[in-house]
Amino acid sequence: MINSSLKTLSQMLAKKEISSVEMTQTFLNRIHQFNPTINAYIALDEAKTLAQAKAADARIAAGNAEPLTGIPFAQKDIFCAKGWRTTCGSKMLENFIAPYDAHVISQFDNAGAVNLGKTNMDEFAMGSSNETSYFGGVKNPWNFDRVPGGSSGGSAAAVAARLCAAATGTDTGGSIRQPASLCGFTGLKPTYGLVSRYGMIAFASSLDQAGPMAKSAEDCAMMLNVMAGFDERDSTSLNHPKEDYTRGLAGMSGDKPLKGLKIGLPKEYFADGLDAGVAKVVQDAIVEYRKLGAETVEISLPNTKLSIPVYYVLAPAEASSNLSRYDGVRYGHRAAEYTDLTDMYCKSRAEGFGAEVKRRILIGTYVLSAGYYDAYYLKAQQIRHLIADDFKQAFKECDIIMGPTAPSTAFRAGEKADDPVAMYLQDVYTIATNLAGLPGMSIPAGFDKGLPVGLQLMGNYFDEARMLDVAHAYQQVTDWHLQMPDLKAPEGLK
Amino acid sequence: MEWEVVIGLETHTQLKTNTKIFSGASTAFGAEPNTQACEVSIALPGVLPVLNKQAVECAIKFGLAVNAEIARRSVFARKNYFYPDLPKGYQISQYELPVVGKGAVTIQVPAVGKNAAYEKVINITRAHLEEDAGKSVHGLSNQSIEGMSGIDLNRAGTPLLEIVTEPDMRSAAEAVAYAKKLHELVQWIDICDGNMQEGSFRCDVNVSVRPKGTEKLGTRREIKNLNSFKFMQQAIEYETRWQIETLEDGGTIHQATVLFNPDTGETRVMRSKEEANDYRYFPDPDLLPLEVTEADKARVKAEMPELPEVMKARFEAEYGLTSYDASTLTSSRDLADYFVATVNAGADAKPAANWVMGSVSAKLNAEDKPINASPVTALQLAQLLKRINDNTISNNAAKQVFEAMWAGEVDVDAIIEKLGLKQVSDSGAIEAMIDEVLAANPAMVAEFKAGKEKAFNALVGQAMKASKGKANPAQVNEILKKKLAN
Repeated sequence: MINSSLKTLSQMLAKKEISSVEMTQTFLNRIHQFNPTINAYIALDEAKTLAQAKAADARIAAGNAEPLTGIPFAQKDIFCAKGWRTTCGSKMLENFIAPYDAHVISQFDNAGAVNLGKTNMDEFAMGSSNETSYFGGVKNPWNFDRVPGGSSGGSAAAVAARLCAAATGTDTGGSIRQPASLCGFTGLKPTYGLVSRYGMIAFASSLDQAGPMAKSAEDCAMMLNVMAGFDERDSTSLNHPKEDYTRGLAGMSGDKPLKGLKIGLPKEYFADGLDAGVAKVVQDAIVEYRKLGAETVEISLPNTKLSIPVYYVLAPAEASSNLSRYDGVRYGHRAAEYTDLTDMYCKSRAEGFGAEVKRRILIGTYVLSAGYYDAYYLKAQQIRHLIADDFKQAFKECDIIMGPTAPSTAFRAGEKADDPVAMYLQDVYTIATNLAGLPGMSIPAGFDKGLPVGLQLMGNYFDEARMLDVAHAYQQVTDWHLQMPDLKAPEGLK
Repeated sequence: MEWEVVIGLETHTQLKTNTKIFSGASTAFGAEPNTQACEVSIALPGVLPVLNKQAVECAIKFGLAVNAEIARRSVFARKNYFYPDLPKGYQISQYELPVVGKGAVTIQVPAVGKNAAYEKVINITRAHLEEDAGKSVHGLSNQSIEGMSGIDLNRAGTPLLEIVTEPDMRSAAEAVAYAKKLHELVQWIDICDGNMQEGSFRCDVNVSVRPKGTEKLGTRREIKNLNSFKFMQQAIEYETRWQIETLEDGGTIHQATVLFNPDTGETRVMRSKEEANDYRYFPDPDLLPLEVTEADKARVKAEMPELPEVMKARFEAEYGLTSYDASTLTSSRDLADYFVATVNAGADAKPAANWVMGSVSAKLNAEDKPINASPVTALQLAQLLKRINDNTISNNAAKQVFEAMWAGEVDVDAIIEKLGLKQVSDSGAIEAMIDEVLAANPAMVAEFKAGKEKAFNALVGQAMKASKGKANPAQVNEILKKKLAN
């Protein structure tokens, strides 16, 4: 059951082969067994979880279940959930109990889904390894010496270790896709504005986007059906007509389902810096796509190399302002002793934030300062437009873009922790889509030395349905997405 | 050396919306602390701002009222600084691209001493939308938190329109005239309740001095948060004197923000320019640029009341009022409405204007009441004027009726009846009475006949006295003239 698709789980519940309470308990049992080692969840509340499962069973019995009713999901701890401790991976919010629900949480609640718990993450979503979390690192279920990626590392490990049916994540520069690649599952970052950011704790407002993290494209499509939709509480939420993201999946079987599809391969994504083992897996996947009827064309995204510097001006600028509200005045960490107001601010923030968060607040404050604004922030905004234009040009020549998700497979814990720039390079292939506001996806495409490798799909604005179809077509002829780590006899899991 | 003061104003106008500028929390004044602080007002993690359309309409109204350019696209920016009553650690404001651009208002500066009254155009630089901060409450008295400071976030997020002028004013009188004009205008177009005590209309005044005849502006100091016209006048006068004295004593003016202390009548430095924050303004990524279309403007324009200047011109043309009277009657919308209601209820315009500006205003001023709290309604005043017009009562008697209505009585005719003020217009009765007066005052008659015109007035007075003031004076005049001519 733990490896079943959402569709199968939904059918099992509908046919009363299993109750939601039983299904939920199965996952809770796995969490008890493996979470102490993996550290994917940082908040569990079994009473709340089981109450939801019970309510779902009643709903199923009453005959008004929706596709996700009764299925247990993990929620990234970036989403405020009423009555749940919501920390965003930070000591600053260690004792913050959210008094309201994020839009994403309400959407899952309304669909009758069960919340298994809140997952670990890099502090305020700033990181690519989950090592910046105040609540400790997360182990990659494929190899406990390795990181799961980040910032949605807890959700990633929970999905890979089958500690949930699926999970939510957020992606500001690659935080859904890079962990999906490193942990071997399917993750989707939607078009900016498709999923409401209301109640999602802000890192960089113009880049943050929530999305599904699941075993397959089909699962992601079912989750996106619940997550997407206009929300008047988020001014950047787009009033895009509601779509059924599963509508095209059935048409992806049979001979050459992708006939006529033009896949663009950006030459900049296959240049220096890409690990050879990863390159090989990605090339093999592209060969598979040709077999499915697609044709490939080389394209260029000439400003790719600028995306990291641009991102590390804009994201910290927004973050430095977004994180100003954590001042110890109304909620969150407040220093125990202080001499005056300024001292209270300084000590509370010095104690409440970790090193990476502080680094980004400092960078952001610097680039917005009088005398530097034009040279950094304004310049970066201009280049951001150029990067978006690159994609605009590219989509004149192709329907979808493919390449690696991350430059390497999962690296060792601690390996890049002291070298921020090496860490930042983890997102070299994912950041550009955030800057352009485009949807991006990572799907499992194979292994290199026993570690998963992800293939990245990038689509045009609102092209999620096509991306999911294209991913699904591949998952009909491959079984990489069904591979799961063997946690029965792991080293270190005694 | 002769000095010239240069003044510019920044006015924070609290907009009359039901809810806050970026959330659904109420803006009502005076609630218990933090009872109007929703999750957005408190700036909980994850909350987002959504712009209140009503606030935008207020800004457009103001732009139209001062003939300003209204930006098709304006941008909200974050002004970053830490303060306990600023929950997000930044204020959402407009910086580079405000919603309202250049405009102008014409002010009437009243006569002072031997200086005659005059009009002057004050240019508006810009007006932008922003949110208010909360309030720090110091020295709490509740037991458990005695002596501590508290934060009340009820006001946090209240919509403000900050209206900035060019440094066009050259005296405290001009600055106050502008502030009063603006104060009337924002109430006229119904975007602000104008309550200065509750902080709905707050002025910051930038003051600098320079030798008369020179172009270059002196270093300015900004007087913060003046909440009455009287204090504004005092503060500017003090500040001007202080700056001139400082310069004449060989000192220099340093750019600073100062506070006015009404108790001492002095200004005191709050912070110098060196202590000023670097606000790190940048466009708020949570809000899209604000688009205002021609259709939006047309829609708001259609809902706008007639503006004071237009109404003044109409009063002159339609009612034959003098420019002065028309200007006075349109100095506030409530006053204009009262006047129009009086005329619409059947009164002639000219006497209605005289009564509204005369007895009614005098009583209101004496009791410090606004026109809409007048105990005498426009309808009652119109009835009163009708009785003067149809000769039922004299003007003098009307004043007694007016007093009675002011004191709470309602019906004009009942009061006339009760006080016996009805004018005698029966010429037979008046003739008989005059005959008696003439018979009783032969000396006066003789004087008149000897050519002393004054004696005539004395005889009129005697006749009026004899009628206990009730005789129609015009008739008395006429009949007396006839009789004396015989």
